[in-house]
This record gives sequence, C-alpha cells and structure tokens, in this order.
Amino acid sequence: MKIDRRDFLKIGGLGVLGFAAKPVIDVVSKGELSEASIEAGPLAGKRLAMVIDMTKCKEGCTDCIDACHSIHNVPDFKNRKDEIKWIWNEPYDKTFPTQEHEFIGTGIKERPFMVLCNHCDNPPCVRVCPTKATFKREDGIVFMDYHRCIGCRFCMAACPYGSRSFNWRNPRGLDSSGNPFIKKNNTNFPTRTTGVVEKCNFCAERLAKGLIPMCAEVCKEKAIVFGDLEETDSELREVLRSHYTIRRKPGLGTRPQIYYIV
Amino acid sequence: MIEKALTGSKKYWGLVGFLLVIMGAGFISYLMQWFYGLGITGMSRDVSWGLYIAQFTFLVGVAASAVMVVLPYYLHNYKAFGRITILGEFLAIASVMMCLVFIIADLGQPVRAMNIILHPNPGSILFWDMIVLNGYLLLNMLIGWNVLASERKSIPPPVWVKPLIYLSIPWAVSIHTVTAFIYAGLPGRGFWLTAIMAPRFLASAFAAGPALLILLALIIRKFTKFDPGREAIQNLGRIVTYAMAVSVFFVLLEIFTVFYSQIPEHMHHFEYLFTGLEGHGKLVPWMWSSAVLAVISLILLINPFTRKREGILAFACVLVFVSLWIEKGLCLVITGFIPSTLGRVYEYSPTLPEILITLSVWAMGFLILTILYKVGITVKEEIEA
Amino acid sequence: MSSSAKVIAGLIIFLCLITFPVWYNVVGGKASYTPELKIISEEKSCVESKEFMRIEHMQLLDDWRNSVVRKNNRTYIAHNGKEHNMSLTDTCLKCHSNKTEFCDQCHNYLEVTPTCWNCHIVPEENKL
Repeated sequence: MKIDRRDFLKIGGLGVLGFAAKPVIDVVSKGELSEASIEAGPLAGKRLAMVIDMTKCKEGCTDCIDACHSIHNVPDFKNRKDEIKWIWNEPYDKTFPTQEHEFIGTGIKERPFMVLCNHCDNPPCVRVCPTKATFKREDGIVFMDYHRCIGCRFCMAACPYGSRSFNWRNPRGLDSSGNPFIKKNNTNFPTRTTGVVEKCNFCAERLAKGLIPMCAEVCKEKAIVFGDLEETDSELREVLRSHYTIRRKPGLGTRPQIYYIV
Repeated sequence: MIEKALTGSKKYWGLVGFLLVIMGAGFISYLMQWFYGLGITGMSRDVSWGLYIAQFTFLVGVAASAVMVVLPYYLHNYKAFGRITILGEFLAIASVMMCLVFIIADLGQPVRAMNIILHPNPGSILFWDMIVLNGYLLLNMLIGWNVLASERKSIPPPVWVKPLIYLSIPWAVSIHTVTAFIYAGLPGRGFWLTAIMAPRFLASAFAAGPALLILLALIIRKFTKFDPGREAIQNLGRIVTYAMAVSVFFVLLEIFTVFYSQIPEHMHHFEYLFTGLEGHGKLVPWMWSSAVLAVISLILLINPFTRKREGILAFACVLVFVSLWIEKGLCLVITGFIPSTLGRVYEYSPTLPEILITLSVWAMGFLILTILYKVGITVKEEIEA
Repeated sequence: MSSSAKVIAGLIIFLCLITFPVWYNVVGGKASYTPELKIISEEKSCVESKEFMRIEHMQLLDDWRNSVVRKNNRTYIAHNGKEHNMSLTDTCLKCHSNKTEFCDQCHNYLEVTPTCWNCHIVPEENKL
C-alpha cells in the first residue's frame, strides 16, 4: 500500500470535505538506522549476545535485578504463583542441571547464577507462537509484540529455561493493602496488560538510544559484557576468546546467546 | 429438523434446564475470570497450563473417536454400525465445540483470538490445530446433518457427502495427531518429548470415546423408543477392549524407556506422578486410581463372559472413561510442568471458579449433544414407526 | 392473519428499542453537543496535516507501532520531509500533553476506548 504525495493530498482534501477516506498510509521509512536522528544513535548488531562472568558476580547483590525490573515496570505480586521476572538468580544445579555433580566446589554450589532470556539463535518460543507475537529480530533479539499476544502460553511451555512470565492479573493493580504492584512507574516504558506473556527484551528500547542493556550498565563488578558476536574485535569476542564459557542446556539445540564464565 | 428439539417430554426439558443452570454458574465464574484475569485459576508461572487445556486434550480424543463407528460402516459396510454412526458424528460435534470453548477460556486475551488467522504462523502447531479442529467440526456437521435429513426422507444422501465421509476418516486421525504434536515437539519438557505421544493419544481416544458412546447408547435405549442394537454395542465393546489394552501397553512402554534409561529430565516427571517428588505428590492418588481402574476394566473387558453382559460392560466403560480422563484430562498436561524447566516442584490445583468454568463447558457440550441426539433420535423413531 | 396485530406491535417495539440511543440523545439535548479539542503545543503543525491526522491518526499510530516493534525502525519521515521519532508518549504526547482535553474528547464522544493506555503510561498532564 504505497501512497504518493498526490494520494496523500487527496486524502487530506477528502478529510476537509468530511469523507472518511480509505485508511491508507505507508510509513516512508529509512532502511538503515545507523545514522538516525535520535540522540547518540542506536546500537545495532547482527548477533547480539552477552557474557556473564559469575566469578565477578557478588553474592547478595541485586543491582541488575532491581534496575531491570524498575525501568521495565515489572510488577511485584509478592507471591510465587503470579510472579513476573525478567532477570533473577538460580542456584548452579538449577541453571546447569546437566553439568551438575555432588562434589562441585564450594563457592559454586552456593553462589546465585543470573538467569534471563537466552535470546536463542534457534528459539522454540518463536517456533510455537501461533500469531508471531514472539519473533526473532535481525539483530538476534527474541522480541515480543505485546499488542499481538493472545495469551495462549504455548511459548511458556516451549521455553526450556523458564524465562517467560504471564500476566495472570492486572500488573497495574493494587494489593490488598492498597499498594501498587509496580512500585514506581517508569513513564517512558509501557507496562503490560492482563493476559499477555512477557520476558527480557535485551533492553531494545535502550539499544535504540545507543545505550547498553541496563543489567550490564548497573553492574559495579562489570560482570556482564554485552556486544555483537559478528564483530570480531569486540570486547565480547575477546572475553569469549580468553575464557572458558558454558551455556544453559546446550544439548537442546536452542543455541542460547547468554554465555557464562563459572 | 431442528424443530424436533423444541418439543419434548418433561424429562428432556428437565435435563436441558439442569445443564443451563450449570452453564449459568460457569458463565458467572467466567465473568470473574474476564475481569480479574487468568490468575483466578490455579495456574502459575511454573504450571502455566491446567484444567482447561487438559480437558481440551482429552476431548479432542473423544471427538476423534467418531471414526471408530464411521470407518467400519462406510469402508467395510458393517451394517450394525449404520444405526449409530449419527450418534458418533453428533458426539464429535459436541466434543469439538467443547475443545474450542476450552481454548478460548484459556486465552489471556480472548478478544485477540482472531490474530491466529490475521497473523498466522504456519510453523506453529496451534495454528494447525485450529485448522484441523474447525475442519473436523465442519465435516461432521455437514455429514451428520445431511445423512440424517436423507434418512428421514428415505432417499440416499447427496453424492457430495460420500467424499466428505472418506475425508473425515483420516481427518479424525489428524486432529489427535496434531494435538499430540503440541506437546511432543517441545525441547525442554521431558514428560512430553516422546514420539509415541500421538499413537498413545489415539489409543486412549479410541477407548474413551467408544466407551462414552456405549454408555450413551444404553441411556438412549432406556429412555427412547430407538434401540441402537445389541450387536453394535457389543462390537463397540470389542473396540474399547482392544484400544484400552493398547493404551495401557503404550503407557507401559513409556515407563520402561524412562526408568530404564534413567535420564533425570524424563524420569522426574514419572516419579512425581507415581511416587511424588521432594515431598509433593498431589497427583499420586489420582494416577494410581487411574491405573487400578484401568486394570479392573481390562479384566472385565477381556473376559468375554463379563463383556457380553451389558450391565458389566457399562460398568467397565465407566471405569475406562474415568481412568483415561484422569490420565489424559488431568495428569498428562499438569505433570509436564512438574518439575518445571528449572527443576522446581511447584504444584497445581484448580480453584473453584476454574472448576465451575470447566463444568459449565462440559454442560455446554452435553447440552449440544442432548439437542443433537434429540433431533437424531426423533427422526430415527419416526422412520421406524 | 389474527397474529398480524401482534407482529406489528412487535415490530414497533423493536424499532423503538433499536432507535433508543437516538431518541435518548435528542430528548436529553445531547445530540447537538460537539467535542471541543484543546491544543496547548507551541508547535505550529502536527507530523502530518490536521485533516490527515483527523482521519488517519489511528492508522498512522498502528503503522508506527508495527514499524517500531516489529521492524525496529523508529524514524518516521513525514510527507513534508521532516523526521520524527515514532513514539506515542515521546512524540505525540509531547505536544498533546493534555490527553483529557484532546484525545479523550472525541474518544468519549464516539464511545471508543483505545487500548493504548492499558500499557502505555499517560505522562503528567499539562493544562492550558
């Protein structure tokens, strides 16, 4: 549905006459984003990924969780049943169940491991979504279109990492004592609505402004390195070259893009 | 013909009224769910599908089982089933309707349901399930209604119905195969990740569906002038026997593979189901009840002396139906989520509104079935009178 | 033919019922009410012409949404060549920061409830 200048003027004219015009409009858009006019220019990439260095991650610190959940308006229902989380921690044996044994050294067994959406290269959630509400972007981010999600939760059954949460109730609601589930709204980012699935979006809204994901930014220990795998001289590739890294449940063929140094 | 459903005895209207009352209670519960969200159910982040999807799965089987009367009659010209094909087809219509309503009841955003057609993803099994279920509903409505209308006028059905009947046979197999694929293709769910899921589904469907059909036929004989025929009932009994035996056999195959290979991701689910895991075992009594009922029903069904007595056959059919409902309409879906993909045991039990909604969808199905059977049987009575 | 009176009476009742909203508004004096929109922006013009926006804003927003969410393209080039960041809260509501006096006026008049605000947060409103 291309619309040229003449058609556009015609529609405008019809509008003056008070006729309802056929709803046609095409966003004349730039193909490349590299030089877009917004602030610093977006962070683009071909295969965005993350390395989490668990040797640097400090026990008891929840900076990345708090920051992520706060800027993304993630509600806290204070019960496990309705729980919504984008990034959280799990013990080693839950994070890497196939690589666990009883003599694993102390300091690993007790240590919490940061887990989030793996932005799989071969994501089962995308495969099963009946409406393409979950899809893989060109930069590798497994993204959700909350406008389109019908809430069938097939993706939750398909995700082998438990990375997806469902809005069982209104995230904008109040608890029994009148406190909102979202403590403080970030007005620059939407909330979700009842009945849709949600998950980590790799901070796509920040990448568009040239900022790295929030979890990587707020980590004082610099335990999270974010970057593009296709860029051979990136810090990300350097860290992957110089360290032994593992991924969660690699045997399932989902090709997760979160790498762990343990 | 539909006018036949508008006149009936007090018992008929009593049944219709009773079903409407249950539907009303469910409707009020659904309104609550509509405004509160699916959080009103017992489902959780860990167990994200519950009773609704389990009922859907079970009822797809009941719908598919119509093929067990259609196939012998139309492909092998087995005359005794000619009297009951309409009962099978109408049961299929009611079951598919229940399936569709259960799916809608389970959606977080039901108003967006049409997105599945507006933005289809042919890679999604749910998309294909939508196609095969609606297609099967349409096929059975066209076939059932036209065959009955022709029977009433004592003329052969229109020629275009025959190819549809032949098409409906593989189509019936497809609905339950596709439904099994919803589960059997997920990488992280060891309980469902088994190639035998589709044959297992079909076997349990061909036991549970005809078992229900036998019970319905016996009820019809008792309350109406139409007799579905002893021979038809006895042969349905044989079908139930074979299918139940195969179904139990398939479950035993699963148990062998899982416990002999000892792969934890597969085994933990079965442990949760049969012995409980980490101190949690809500489904254990259910699963053992299902197993015991299955064994008793098989003893009664395999022994020709008990199977040939209609009272015992009916009892065995109740056992089959209940046993398979527990296995498929309860345990199969829920256990897939316990333990979760993160290896955590978080249990599920349905809430009261959830149970009321579930009951009301069953009531809706039985209402559709009652009305369709009323029409069908009145026509049959007229022909025989 | 004895039922013709009943049929006609039924038809009249039916007609009364379906035209009820019209009568109700005429009697209530609301039929002549027109929504009044206030614009408090310092900008002289919207991203597209007023006439175009009046008819097509929903389609434009729909296209913006699909462009940003599904194509990761956030820059809109208007027909006059100007570039805009495709954002409901950052672009539209920067000028139309008085949602109740602008958006809601027509939406309430027409009894439409766009679902935008179920998720997108309305910023603090600026008054005239």
